[in-house]
Amino acid sequence: MAIKVRIPTPLQKLTDKKAEVKCSGKTVIELIAILDKKYPGIKERLCDEKGNIRRFINIFVNEQDIRFLKGKNSKLKDGDDVSIIPAIAGG
Amino acid sequence: MFKLTDEQIERYSRQIILPEIGGKGQEKLLKAKVLIIGCGGLGSPCAFYLVAAGIGKIGLIDSDNVELNNLQRQILHSTRTVGIPKVESAKDILSNINPNIDIVVHKLRLTSENILSIIRNYDVIIDGSDNFPTRYLVNDACVLLKKPLIHAGILRFDGQATTIIPYKSPCYRCLFPAPPPPGTVPSCQEAGILGVVAGTLGLIQATEALKYILSVGELLIGKLLIFNALEMSFRTLKIQRDKKCPICGNKPTIKKLIDYEEFCQLRKNKT
Ligand SMILES: [Zn+2]
Repeated sequence: MAIKVRIPTPLQKLTDKKAEVKCSGKTVIELIAILDKKYPGIKERLCDEKGNIRRFINIFVNEQDIRFLKGKNSKLKDGDDVSIIPAIAGG
Repeated sequence: MFKLTDEQIERYSRQIILPEIGGKGQEKLLKAKVLIIGCGGLGSPCAFYLVAAGIGKIGLIDSDNVELNNLQRQILHSTRTVGIPKVESAKDILSNINPNIDIVVHKLRLTSENILSIIRNYDVIIDGSDNFPTRYLVNDACVLLKKPLIHAGILRFDGQATTIIPYKSPCYRCLFPAPPPPGTVPSCQEAGILGVVAGTLGLIQATEALKYILSVGELLIGKLLIFNALEMSFRTLKIQRDKKCPICGNKPTIKKLIDYEEFCQLRKNKT
């Protein structure tokens, strides 16, 4: 099962500079765990010590903010498009 | 209602002929007051087009002087104005383009103490600042005074933008409840920025401001626009108001401005 994950620029150091990777998982948090096996360190950048998504990072599944779905337990299915969007302050 | 002068009809003729604008729309623009926070990468292109379009009053805020490394993207400034205050450099070039615009300069750093008295005088606020404390400060002040805020952020080849109409669309805190701890998200100084990315996003902000003033089209309300220059992609993600938002939610805990440097952990507690 393949889910497309868009990696923001600051995290592409961890994904061999790839802006987009394929991954799997039944929920967002499961996807992050699988992603972390492939690209060690990425989970720590996305989640805090308690395993919750960091509050300056938004994750969207098919253009919907997961905070308004089921948060980190939001369900994923084949063909879904996951975007990781951190806050950026530059001006 | 005031009448457009012959000079104004000629100057703005190419936009007056747009049915969405017309003479009435032009009068709205000439009566509008827009505040641009930051005369940098975002504020520069935004200010040029708003001045050219005939926004009646434009406020410019920046505490910095022009540096040589600004010129790659901050197109308000030039080699000749290196070393002088950015707001002066900006006013100089903008008044040449359109001498009829009332350009008000504020050479200062926005703080919890001074922001409310400044933004109170404007109809639309454009955030072109370059740091998290200012972004949260501007957001909170705009929510408290119910001022429309046009947000954009840029880094490297990426940009984000959204239009915040307090209590109608999600505010910056609804979107990002907490700032990243220092060191986790790099700044343009650390990670770089391509000048045209600043230009693209600054013009999206100007476009949103014009549409808001003219009441035409659809704003980026409840939408986060994501731009990437390398892919040349524009995507809009749906965003929602957070009922638990500390400033615009159902039970707000922030009722007046706070210490934003402390909030962003930039000032360490004395030990
Ligand atoms: Zn809010």
